Amino acid sequence: MSLLELKGVTKRFGGLQAVGHMTFGVEKGEIFGLIGPNGAGKTTVFNVINGFYAPSEGEILFKGERIDGLKPYEICRRGLARTFQVVKPLARLTVLENVMVSAFSRTDHRHEARAMALEATAFTEMEAWRDRMAGSLPLGMRKRLEMARALATKPELLLLDENFAGLNPAEVEKTIAIVRKIHESGVTILIIEHNMRVIMTISQRLLCMCYGEKISEGTPQEVANNPSVIEAYLGAAHA
Amino acid sequence: MSRSTLLSLGGLALLAVLPALVRNPYVLHMLILCLLWTVLGQSWNLLGGYTGQVSFGHAAFFGIGAYTTGILVKSGLSPATAWWGLLLGGLAAAAASALIGWICFRLRGPYFALSVLALAEVLRLVALNWKQLTNGAEGILFIPAFNSKAAYYWIVLALAALSMAAIRFVMNGKLGFYFLAIREDQDCAESLGINATKYKLISLLISAFFTGVAGSFYMNYMGFIDPGIVFSIHDISVMMILVTMLGGVATTWGPAVGAAIYILMSEAFRTYLKSGHLVFFGVLIIVIIIFFPQGIVGTLNESLQRRKRRLAAPLASGPAKGAA
Repeated sequence: MSLLELKGVTKRFGGLQAVGHMTFGVEKGEIFGLIGPNGAGKTTVFNVINGFYAPSEGEILFKGERIDGLKPYEICRRGLARTFQVVKPLARLTVLENVMVSAFSRTDHRHEARAMALEATAFTEMEAWRDRMAGSLPLGMRKRLEMARALATKPELLLLDENFAGLNPAEVEKTIAIVRKIHESGVTILIIEHNMRVIMTISQRLLCMCYGEKISEGTPQEVANNPSVIEAYLGAAHA
Repeated sequence: MSRSTLLSLGGLALLAVLPALVRNPYVLHMLILCLLWTVLGQSWNLLGGYTGQVSFGHAAFFGIGAYTTGILVKSGLSPATAWWGLLLGGLAAAAASALIGWICFRLRGPYFALSVLALAEVLRLVALNWKQLTNGAEGILFIPAFNSKAAYYWIVLALAALSMAAIRFVMNGKLGFYFLAIREDQDCAESLGINATKYKLISLLISAFFTGVAGSFYMNYMGFIDPGIVFSIHDISVMMILVTMLGGVATTWGPAVGAAIYILMSEAFRTYLKSGHLVFFGVLIIVIIIFFPQGIVGTLNESLQRRKRRLAAPLASGPAKGAA
């Protein structure tokens, strides 16, 4: 049984089909990459999994139970956390308070939430930034705050939405190390990423989508050499 | 006990012995109004300031509290209204808020603000026309339970202290974190495991409860209410917002400071400027919005923090160097 399973998931906005008949499974313990050109519907897939949108058709199973139609906070409490591509810091709270908010999903006590937040900020190497207002963070740290916050909800599956976009090379290396560390701690990861070097190195399996449909799935090598993937990215002349 | 708690308790003790020193009933009346508006400002601040759910119609809950007490006394059901009976006003207001919140908080944006505004107006019209229950436009009149203003002063002082302590307590725990998260970004809050509808409702319940208690106290103290007074948009709903903004939205002391300034200023303007007082009051509000956009306490806090940072700057290495 896969940890996360999508069965024929379709999401339509009026007449526009953003995601069509998406079927795939994420196995426990893997890093599964989701790639595709801009506008392919990757973030919509995340929004459907995370409960922001209910799918128009199809089923989503997490740990064998249907989660489609549940609210985002219910899905979070079942152990499925996400980060946002367009970062959403709670601007007028400090970094530590931001992470405490999410830690409160696992405890009712302030001191425990604080301890969990200290742990999550240490894990993502944000110790020096804990007392800064989240709204005043530079982009690289905002992306990292997204990860710290998601981690503090103690997820089994973590959805990472373009956590590498806009980072400088040093930050990219650091973030790869952190993602690996999260993975080694036993968290399964589903990741959307445009940086091909990153996604090729860290993910064990890849799925490429285009115009809302799956066009290829397999190991990074298989996907990269798939003619329809090359066509989607570079045009028919290169395929 | 922390220094700020000790200071607060000391201040409270000082305020508690004040009636022994101040015999002038007019001064006591002013102090009572300041404290009453502190309670109202605190209530609005919890929902509007900390939770980010702006209400344009808190007079609805104030009026429900006042009328609950008025009707109970008139029907001879509640002799001790000036004491524990205040609770009934608060509970009635909270019950009404549960209904409107349960309906409106599923929606986002201005729906809640506008529905509460409408609720207050609907209730005003109901109170005006349901004469058997409310005595209509003639209002409800009864003889207050206590002769001395000092008794009311102590009751409202206790209410102000209680509401501040309760809100402080709430804001320090899980609820407080959740309220702030919802204010900052509801989508984000929900994806972090927060049932936003539920927690907005909790914030509203607490806020409406204290507003209802304040309304109930108002009925007891003044001995007279009518629909136009207690369900007033400009004298209650908007003033609750102004008091909070004046003092500082989402600050602990803002509502108290705002209440004191608002009551004293409006009284001074009314006394010395006669019919022109509203114009000057308007100018004052414009000045405050331009020069103290965070409110008085908010602006002070900010400049204090900036000074602290400047003083600390040469010592701290700062996060800029601390992490890559």
